[in-house]
Amino acid sequence: MVPNIGYGALFLTFLISIYGVGAAIYGVVKKSPHWVDSARNAMLLTWPLLTISAISLIYLLVNGRYEVEYVASVTSNSMPIYLKVTALWGGQAGSLVFWTWLMSAFTSAATLRKWDRDRELLPWVIVVALVTLIFFLGMVIFIENPFTRIWTLPSGSLFNTMFPPAGAEPYFQQDGQGLNPLLRHPGMIIHPPMLYLGFVSFVMPYAFAIAALVTGRTDDRWIRLTRRWSLVAWLFLSLGLLLGGRWAYDVLGWGGYWGWDPVEIAAFMPWLTGTAFLHSVMIQEKRGMLKHWNMVLVILTYDLVIFGTFLTRSGVLSSVHAFAQSAIGPLFFTFIGLTFIVSLSLLLHRWDSLKSETQMTSLLSREALFLLNNLLFIGILVVCFWGVIFPLISELVTGQKVTVGPPFYERATGPLFAGLLLLMGIAPLAAWRHSTAQTLGRAMWKPGIASLVAVGVVLLLGIRQPAALLGFWLASYVTAVTLYEFWRAAWARHRKSSESLPLALWSLFGRNRRRYGGYVIHLGVVLMAIGIIGIEVFQTETQGTIAKGEQLSIGNYTLKYDSLAVFDTPDGRNIARAVVSVYKNGKYMGDLHPRRDYYYESQQPMTIPGVRSTWEDDFYVLLVDWQPVSTEGATFKIYHNPLVNWLWLGGLVFILGTLVAAWPDRQSERILASAGQPGYAAAEV
Amino acid sequence: MKRIFFLLLLLLLGLFLTGNALAQDSNPPKPSDDEINAIAKQLYCPVCENIPLDVCGTQACAQWRDLIQQKLAAGWTEEQIKQYFVDQYGDRVLATPPARGFNWLVYVVPPLAILGGLFVLYRALRTWRQPISQAEEAEASAALPDEYVARLEAELKKR
Repeated sequence: MVPNIGYGALFLTFLISIYGVGAAIYGVVKKSPHWVDSARNAMLLTWPLLTISAISLIYLLVNGRYEVEYVASVTSNSMPIYLKVTALWGGQAGSLVFWTWLMSAFTSAATLRKWDRDRELLPWVIVVALVTLIFFLGMVIFIENPFTRIWTLPSGSLFNTMFPPAGAEPYFQQDGQGLNPLLRHPGMIIHPPMLYLGFVSFVMPYAFAIAALVTGRTDDRWIRLTRRWSLVAWLFLSLGLLLGGRWAYDVLGWGGYWGWDPVEIAAFMPWLTGTAFLHSVMIQEKRGMLKHWNMVLVILTYDLVIFGTFLTRSGVLSSVHAFAQSAIGPLFFTFIGLTFIVSLSLLLHRWDSLKSETQMTSLLSREALFLLNNLLFIGILVVCFWGVIFPLISELVTGQKVTVGPPFYERATGPLFAGLLLLMGIAPLAAWRHSTAQTLGRAMWKPGIASLVAVGVVLLLGIRQPAALLGFWLASYVTAVTLYEFWRAAWARHRKSSESLPLALWSLFGRNRRRYGGYVIHLGVVLMAIGIIGIEVFQTETQGTIAKGEQLSIGNYTLKYDSLAVFDTPDGRNIARAVVSVYKNGKYMGDLHPRRDYYYESQQPMTIPGVRSTWEDDFYVLLVDWQPVSTEGATFKIYHNPLVNWLWLGGLVFILGTLVAAWPDRQSERILASAGQPGYAAAEV
Repeated sequence: MKRIFFLLLLLLLGLFLTGNALAQDSNPPKPSDDEINAIAKQLYCPVCENIPLDVCGTQACAQWRDLIQQKLAAGWTEEQIKQYFVDQYGDRVLATPPARGFNWLVYVVPPLAILGGLFVLYRALRTWRQPISQAEEAEASAALPDEYVARLEAELKKR
């Protein structure tokens, strides 16, 4: 019954979405607002229906209805209830339903705003949103259906389908396979929803851009409307990426946070174009330039979002031949191809109406530096994209599989990231329209001196690696420039309005959240860069098998193997938990408990490190699970990760900065309230 | 007779012990886990996706690490061991494609694309740039003809 309700709701949403597209287009053709309103209502109806579908699936998951194949594959009796709920996105079919539910929520929210000034855009926003929804719903309904059940015929054979063959009975299993143990970590619970939110919310700026192209309203309107959307989408995507890195560090057991795995890169690529877009959009708002390029960026971001979902879901990465085995691969590929071609055609059609309003007068102006910023981001994108698809191309062309691994990406993107860091220290000092080398030099020399002092300190600490020195110099330079910007503005305000300095600083944030939020984000990036330099350049590791009471050393640290406990837990795991004591320079620092969890149902082990974290470094100990573990001898792997916690701190500052930047501006809201026009964001940088 | 036999026995015992000791010294020390990992780190699991050999948890990978250990103990160099894996399992065990033949493309395309982008940027900036005086002149003359003023008034009345 419940599976049928869930599936029926999906199918109904599918039909209503098709109706919505038709009604919107008909309304435009016949110039009938009535039909467009009907399409809008159809759009609004999708979310309640998909909520019914999602709730049905959650109901089945929580209640252990193992005749439903998806439930059997991602839940088990021993799982706690909250994990059973998160199993909604534990497998392919469920996560696609989750994707569509989030998508309908966002597009409904967009459709609910006041449309008086943008009536002509509305039908096309609806069309784009619904077409995307139809695509994903179609995949769920016809290919990856989470509501299929397992049936058994009297002959004993089993079928996994939605509708039973004649004479079949549901096949009830006693227990399910359970959620992949790797997905049971808090980080993994929240990481997919955040990523999906990021992906899904990037559909809205794209929808508005397409609407602008189709209707010919290619002025700034679509950018102003979607500015907050883009920032919020970017916030979620960044959060999803950060959480993924944290999860990998905590649970995957290789002492790192980013492996340049194609699936990671798949989520990183839309982030790159999204960041480029956020910067380049400012040029269009301030100077009316780069209108073509902004369209290209938003189209790229949308198609990279779909491509990212495609890469992670279609199996194409394991082999280009696995790609064709399920229908998902070719369908995704076709959808991306079609949307890309159609979007670019629309852009070409409206090419002339997107002419720049002004000229670029100086190569050192902020606009020019933002262009350079965009070039670097696209450069990193090209490296990532090429590195991800090259193994597939190689397999297709030569039949040989190759691996494009971290050394490729690190060597290629390292200089580009360094260039971006450098730009973060120059562009804030450059003026819009015009800057000369002299004006820039005047602004740069004080932070420059400060950063050289910092490098001197670093050299005194004994650090000699060129990459680290360059990185630390850039980090300190950008910090100096950004803090200088805060200082200059707060000081000027303090002198003008006699507010105290802290209050002046606070009101800076209030008056121009986007700019100062952006600077906070830059500071977050610098902190992350410090953490990344620490772990990438200075990480050391060692591994050894020691008996109880014996020691293992690395650098200044010593590890002593104290004891081991092996026991079963009620939620279906066998845990081997070692107690080790940590000594630094001979001094006792505390105990750590690295452990190996073995999940009986899925027969999968998981190694959870014992970590001692300080601002200086992480002492990261793994109980190596594939060696026999006993009190006679256990194998430990130790990673020493200097400065890594600056990465997480930087991530936090980054997110805070984004929240500041995305927060509605109080002042403009006051103006709007008096003018009676809600929802319009004033232009500010 | 008994004394000679006893001395012979002592001699044999001595030879036995020294021989044993000598034999042990000629065994090379077992390669440490760190030495194995240093090589395993540079290789990728031939079976799993994108997982380096030193952190891969499968039985197959454990056997491959044992293989590395044996070869190290037998005196193979790092290069020889890596080449052995390439010969057995193909280029995919290496972290980056070896630079030959078709694989050149992976190293050449990104720099070319970035240079291409730089070139496009350069051309665009050149066509956009105007001497400052010209640009300012253009802006001054574009300042609000009457038709725009009229439209502005109409827009403002609408609000």
